[in-house]
Amino acid sequence: MRLAQKGRRVALAGLLLLGGVYVRALAFTPVERFQGPAQKIFYLHVPAAVTTELAVILVGLAGVFFLFLRDPRLDRFAEASAEVGTVFAAIVLTTGPIWGKPIWGTWWTWDARLTSTLFLFFLLISYHVLRGAVTDAGLRARYGAVLGICAVVLVGFIHLSVYLFPTLHPQPIVLRPGKPGVPPEMLVTLLMSFGVFLVLYVGFVMQRYAIALRRDASGHV
Amino acid sequence: MLSAEGLRHAYGRVVALDGVSLTLGPGQTLAIFGPNGAGKTTLLKVLAGLIRPQQGWARVAGGRRAIGWIGHQSHLYGHLSVLENLLFWAALYGVTSAQRGVRATAILERLGLSDRAGQPVWSLSRGLAQRAAIAKALVHDPHVLLLDEPFTGLDLAAAAQLRTLLGELRSAERVLVLATHNVDEGVELATDVAFQRQGRFVQLTPRGARGAAEIAEAYRQAMTDA
Amino acid sequence: MRELLGQAWVVARKDLVLEFRTRTALLSAVVFTALVLTVFNFGRDPTAVATIDLAPSILWVTFTFAAMLALNRAFQLELENGALEGLLVSPLSRHSLFLGKLLANLGFVGVVEAVGLPLFVLFFNVSVGPVLLPLIGVIALATVGFVSVGTLFSAMVVRTRFAELMLPVLLLPFLLLPLTYAVQATARLLAGRPLSEVSGWLKLLAAYDLVFVAVATLLFPHTVDE
Repeated sequence: MRLAQKGRRVALAGLLLLGGVYVRALAFTPVERFQGPAQKIFYLHVPAAVTTELAVILVGLAGVFFLFLRDPRLDRFAEASAEVGTVFAAIVLTTGPIWGKPIWGTWWTWDARLTSTLFLFFLLISYHVLRGAVTDAGLRARYGAVLGICAVVLVGFIHLSVYLFPTLHPQPIVLRPGKPGVPPEMLVTLLMSFGVFLVLYVGFVMQRYAIALRRDASGHV
Repeated sequence: MLSAEGLRHAYGRVVALDGVSLTLGPGQTLAIFGPNGAGKTTLLKVLAGLIRPQQGWARVAGGRRAIGWIGHQSHLYGHLSVLENLLFWAALYGVTSAQRGVRATAILERLGLSDRAGQPVWSLSRGLAQRAAIAKALVHDPHVLLLDEPFTGLDLAAAAQLRTLLGELRSAERVLVLATHNVDEGVELATDVAFQRQGRFVQLTPRGARGAAEIAEAYRQAMTDA
Repeated sequence: MRELLGQAWVVARKDLVLEFRTRTALLSAVVFTALVLTVFNFGRDPTAVATIDLAPSILWVTFTFAAMLALNRAFQLELENGALEGLLVSPLSRHSLFLGKLLANLGFVGVVEAVGLPLFVLFFNVSVGPVLLPLIGVIALATVGFVSVGTLFSAMVVRTRFAELMLPVLLLPFLLLPLTYAVQATARLLAGRPLSEVSGWLKLLAAYDLVFVAVATLLFPHTVDE
C-alpha cells in the first residue's frame, strides 16, 4: 500500500509539473518560425518518445539481470516498465498525427521514425499478450525476459535502419553535434519537459509495481 | 554415485522440496513412497537435472549421460519405428555409432520386442509402448535409473517383467531411485525406503529385513503421525 | 564445437525424417504457398500497377507467412509422448537442441521456398534468370533471420494458450525488418540494378542474421528449462 501511495504522489507531482511546463511553453516560449503553434505539441511528443524508448531499454536490461539473478523484483519492474512504456508510446502515436496533419498535410505516413515508434508499440503489446498467455509465474517471468531482450536488440536494428532510410521526420534537434539550432527558451522548455516525463515514468512504474506486488503476494495468477 | 544435499524447491507458495538430502551407492535401490503432491516427481526431476533447485545441490557421477529416466511419458516419436527411436536416443546419449545397433538389438531382445523393431511406435499397443519406453531408458546402459511411478498402466505380466529387469539391474550394481504412491509396488526391490510428505523425508532408512506388510504399516503410521 | 554441431545434426535429421515421413505439414505449407500466390494474383489490378512493382512484396509476404506456418510445428512435434522432457534429461546441450531445430526449420522452409520461387516466376511472369544466384542469396539470408527468431519463439509458444495465434503476434514485429531489407534487395535485383546497389541490404540482412542467431542461441535455454 505504501508504495502505491508514494507512486500516486510522484505521478501527481509529475502531472502538476507538466501543467507548469505547458504554461511556460504556451506563454513564455517563442513560437517556432515555420511550424507555428503546432510545434507546441513537441513538448509532449518528444519527451514521450524518449521515455518510451527508455522504458523498453529498461525492460530489456531487467530481463538480462533477471535471467542471471532470478529475482522476482526485476520481473515486476519489467512488467511495470513495459506497461508504462505502452502508454507513452500511445501518447507519441496520438500526438504525432495531430502535428503531422497541419505540417505534413497527412495524419500518417510510413516514415522511418513513425514506423519505428509503431514497432515499439507493437512490441510492447505483444509483450503483454505473451505474459497474459502463460499461467506459471516463473515461466511467465522468463518468457518476458527473453522477449524483452529480443525487443531491445530489435530496437537497436530499427535505429540503425532509421539512419539509413530517407526520412521526412525532423532530425534530432537537441543532440545534434555542433551548435543547437533552436532558441535557448525552447531548449530549456524541452529539457524541463524531459525531466517531467521522467518523474511521470517513475510515478507510474511505482504504482504499477505495487499492483504486481499485491498480485504476487496474494498468490493469484 | 548419487548424492543430494539440502534440496529446497517451491512452486509459488507450494513447497515441493523442503530440505531433502540423500546419498546412494552402487547396488542400492531407494523406494520413495508418498501421497500425490508430496514432491516425489520434483525430487526425481532435480536429480535428473531437469529442475534447478532453489537451494541445495544434487550430483550424479557421470552426469546426464549416466542417467536413465522412466516417467509418465514414453518420449518416443510415433512416426519413427521402435528401432529408429532407440538409435536416435542412443546417439543423443553419446553411444558410438558402432555400438548403437548392438545395444539397441540387445535391449529389444531382452524386452521381447525384437519382432516389433521395425514397427512405428504409434501402431504399438499400450503395453508394448511401455516396454519400448523402458528400452529407450536403458539403451545407453545408464548407471543411475530414475523411475517415476513406473508400474502405472502396466498389466500384471508386464509389471512382473519390469520387476525382474530392475532386480537384474540392481544386481549389476546400478543405482535405482523409484518413486510411487503405492506401497505394494517395488517394495521387494528396495534396499532403502523413504517416506515423503509435503516435500520432506519423514523417514529414510535401510529396509533391513522388513517385509512388505511391515513397511506398509510403517508408512501408514508415518503419514498419520506427521 | 564438433560435439555441439554433431548433436544438433542428430536432432535435425530426426526432425526432417519425421517431417518427410508424415508429409502433412510440408504438403500443407507448399499448398498454402501456392494458394497465397494465387490469391495475390486476384488481389491486384494488373492494368493499374505493373507486376514488377508488386512482385517483391508478393514474394516476401508469401514467404513470411509460409515460414510462420512451418515454425508453429517445430516444437509441436516434441510434445508427442513428452519427447521434449526426454531431450532435456538427455546429455544433449540446450544450444545443440536449438541449432538442431534451427537446421530442421531451415530445411523445411527451404523446401517450401524452393517450390514457391518457381511458382512465383510462373504466375507473375518475372524474369529471374540473370539474377537467380543473388536472389537465392537474398532468400537464404532473410530466411536465416526469420527462422532463428521464429525457432526461439516457437519454443516459448508451445507452452502458452492459443499457441497458433501467439506465434504470429510475437514474430511479426521481428520479421518486418528483414522483410523490408529483403524487399528492397529483391526489387533492385528484379529491376536489373547493379549488384553494388544491393550489397548494403545484403550486409544488413547478414548483420541481422548474425545478431539474432547469437541472441536466440544464448536465450534459448531459458525458454525450455522447467
